[in-house]
Amino acid sequence: MSDDTLARREFLKTTGAVVVGLSVVDKVGAQSPAGGAPPAERGLASGPPDAAQVDSYVAIHPDNTVTIYSGYVELGQGGPTSLRQVAAEELDLELGQVKDVRADTFVSTNGFTAASRTAGIGSVELRAALAEARRVLLGLASERLKAPPQDLSVTKGVVSVRADAKRSVSYADLLGGRRFNRQYEPVLYQGGIELPRKGLDNAIPKRREDYRIVGTRVPRPDIAEKIKGTYEYVQHVRVPGMLHGRVIWPRGQGAHAISNPTVVSIDEASVKGIPGVQIVRRGNLVGVVAPREWDAIRAARQLKVTWAPFADSLPGHEGLFDSFRSAKTSDATDTNTGDVTAALSRGAHTLSATYRGPYQSHGPMAPNCAVADVSKDGALVMCSDQGIYQTRNGVARLLGMPVEKIRVQYYAGSNTYGSSCYRDAAEAAAVMSQEVGKPVRLQFSREDEHGWDNYGPAHLADLRASVDANGKLLAYDYQAWGHTGGGMNTSTQLALATSPPVTTPQGGFSALYSVHLSQTDMYDVPNRQIVNHRVVGGGYLRTGPLRAPMDPSVFFAQEGMMDELAHAAGLDPYEFRKRNISHRRWLGVLKAATDAAKWTPRVAASNLSSARVVRGRGIGLGTHHLPQNQGDRVTFAAAVVDIEVNKDNGIVVAKHVYGAMDCGLAINPGIVESQIVGMSVHGASLALKEEVEFNRTNVTSLDWNSYRTIRCGEHPSVTPIVIQQLHEKSSGAGEEVLPAVVAAIGNAFFDATGVRIRQYPLTPRRVLAALKSATGQPGRSA
Amino acid sequence: MAELHLQVNGKRLTVDVDPATPLLFVLTDDLALKGPRFGCGLGQCGCCSVLADGTEIRSCITPTSQVVGKSLTTLEGLPAYYAARAKVSPVPELHPLQEAMIAEQSAQCGYCYNGQIIKGAELLFKTPQPTEAQIRTAMNGHICRCFTYPRIVAAIHRAARDMAAPKRAAATDHTEEVTRV
Repeated sequence: MSDDTLARREFLKTTGAVVVGLSVVDKVGAQSPAGGAPPAERGLASGPPDAAQVDSYVAIHPDNTVTIYSGYVELGQGGPTSLRQVAAEELDLELGQVKDVRADTFVSTNGFTAASRTAGIGSVELRAALAEARRVLLGLASERLKAPPQDLSVTKGVVSVRADAKRSVSYADLLGGRRFNRQYEPVLYQGGIELPRKGLDNAIPKRREDYRIVGTRVPRPDIAEKIKGTYEYVQHVRVPGMLHGRVIWPRGQGAHAISNPTVVSIDEASVKGIPGVQIVRRGNLVGVVAPREWDAIRAARQLKVTWAPFADSLPGHEGLFDSFRSAKTSDATDTNTGDVTAALSRGAHTLSATYRGPYQSHGPMAPNCAVADVSKDGALVMCSDQGIYQTRNGVARLLGMPVEKIRVQYYAGSNTYGSSCYRDAAEAAAVMSQEVGKPVRLQFSREDEHGWDNYGPAHLADLRASVDANGKLLAYDYQAWGHTGGGMNTSTQLALATSPPVTTPQGGFSALYSVHLSQTDMYDVPNRQIVNHRVVGGGYLRTGPLRAPMDPSVFFAQEGMMDELAHAAGLDPYEFRKRNISHRRWLGVLKAATDAAKWTPRVAASNLSSARVVRGRGIGLGTHHLPQNQGDRVTFAAAVVDIEVNKDNGIVVAKHVYGAMDCGLAINPGIVESQIVGMSVHGASLALKEEVEFNRTNVTSLDWNSYRTIRCGEHPSVTPIVIQQLHEKSSGAGEEVLPAVVAAIGNAFFDATGVRIRQYPLTPRRVLAALKSATGQPGRSA
Repeated sequence: MAELHLQVNGKRLTVDVDPATPLLFVLTDDLALKGPRFGCGLGQCGCCSVLADGTEIRSCITPTSQVVGKSLTTLEGLPAYYAARAKVSPVPELHPLQEAMIAEQSAQCGYCYNGQIIKGAELLFKTPQPTEAQIRTAMNGHICRCFTYPRIVAAIHRAARDMAAPKRAAATDHTEEVTRV
């Protein structure tokens, strides 16, 4: 699928670094025939290429295949397959005629593979460029075939005259190996929001009624490679002369922007006798390199580094939520419509409750890894960053080089679902390579990854809400609390011996995004208030986006409160939602999930059993909201989950998830179904197992025994349901069922036991404590 | 350093390593195999699994000296190992479980699949028609953080069916595949 590795060698040659022998430049460029300027200098010049040039996105080859140059990468979720489908569709090619290439800052357009952007943004950018490409090709064919463009049709990249199919010409004959040289008006985004295009003459993409490939279940080619064992992960990359590197960091991070790791001393004698080991230090970034991997590992374990003790500044995971309340906060009112206070007081049922969601970890299967080769002339970094151009900036800063000297290439790692430590790996590899003057393969340990993650932030929500006698929502008040700590990569912080910035009222991403939109788009509430209490200053943990950032906590709270209101009003939870939602697409996913589950209307917890193992069923809605995902680019998800609760040992098992998703145009419904399956089980893991543990000084959950995750023995069965919306925008499909499942599990627990737990994960300890304190009385809470 | 004689995927070879080196690093660095891979270094996740005399082991915590004299099978050698044990000829390109996983499109990032395949194959050798409970128990030590467990289980069921009743057409396909290679 990818024809890429040669460019890497060429780059090394041109920068005076290791030369591997072959010197093929770019297959397109090398085949440039006479006439016209040479094709874009892919692989020879630092990008990103001009988004307003068709050539930046696509090249036609002499064998009548095409290559698309998308910056959106394979994170394991199948995005690039869907982009190849879009390309095949717009250009009327078979899927096998469309290739893509490794994302590379000397080649690729500037895509950032996150926040459901591959489908939501990448497909739109690509479709616009390819519509223009198709227009160029049809114009050339029209001249060649002496027939007006409207009389032409295209099959498998061969243009023919409709009335006389013998008159035909292939794309390759028209433009194979040459460049389009065509400017067009690209679709541009600002802050994720699509800007209106100005031009009146933009090429019109294909009518969706005519789709043949988009909307079909094309298998992902990378899956076969992965199962055969031929797929190349970044962990497989080896280059000649390379040294194996490991970092030495304190065991588990401390308080963000307070507990900055500081080296007091390094006992070099502690690794004497290990062959070929070199100690590398820049600032507080300490590592070891060795020709053999096991020697690097042994050295990293043995090297005695004395660190300044971390301040006693963390609240510990048990004291976390109380500490949010007593911390200094920056309070911002997001929404204040109607009169919440008055409406709360006149409700037939008025409830208040506090919900809590933990810090959770990305926990990729493979601790991050990167290979860097730095010389005085430039650097090549091979890593698995979601945004290669962002990596470039960070590496350039650390190496003291202009960004054009840094070439970053994407090699897939394992799952990441957000900002695991991939950028730290790339930066550490680059610094260590610069220090030792040789290529370095830096592999993090499990402890490095678990202990120094950019965790998904913890969330505390105080809710008050009321309904009238008919169960119609009157008032809703959501007060969100949390801390986000970011602003600097760990490797940057260490190498520069500095501190990341403390959290400011403006910095980082906010819980408000989720809360704001979930409350304004979903439920019809006349009186509504949303306030964000952002904990400012240092402390707590380093955070970053984790799959559906903030949404699991926000929807656990929101959907929990909706269930509480339904119960108070004596209504079935689905009926309650139907009474309070008018948006057809929210109602659509609710209906799909409940139909699949054969939902039988009844009030929650109205069928309690005295058995030791009891069953329950819950419902939840979810989405992934960003500020830009407004109006027409929202994905709608609903889940019904059946669970089993063992009252003796407190173990909760999710038995079956019915997950429905409306993500607009599903480019590949098979991939969307895969995502629903993964999110459903991931949601169960978040709701039942996962919690970052830390004491007063450090994160302490540093492996798979202390940071628990759902395993095969306890996974739920999943029924995925995709609602295809041919005429809606594609809005992404990798995040939205997750919060719905977390919420539904909380609600199912109440249905099973009559006890509400408002803090996840629902661990055995938490469950037993809740059941004990409630002493079995329905409606009691914990 | 010491010279150790190993048998990997039916080949005998000698490596010159510190005998305490975990087998994983011999397989990935000295033999450049892509199947077994680093996941935790603690024997907790299963990314590094290989078969030693037909039994799944965690190569990241197994000193190389301990596998001297054993017959090691990695993902690369699994189809041939399967063919020998199941008396299938010629050697198929893939183990039936791999075929089933592709048919189910079960993987996502695929990183843990080395271990999922090795462990699933071990199960199918020992228990050709496993129940769902047997599958879940056998696979419980192999973490998947894309959470594809439902499709792993489905693929093992599918492979068990396929192995019980091999399709003539599928066998023909394999023959052609191998001939072409």
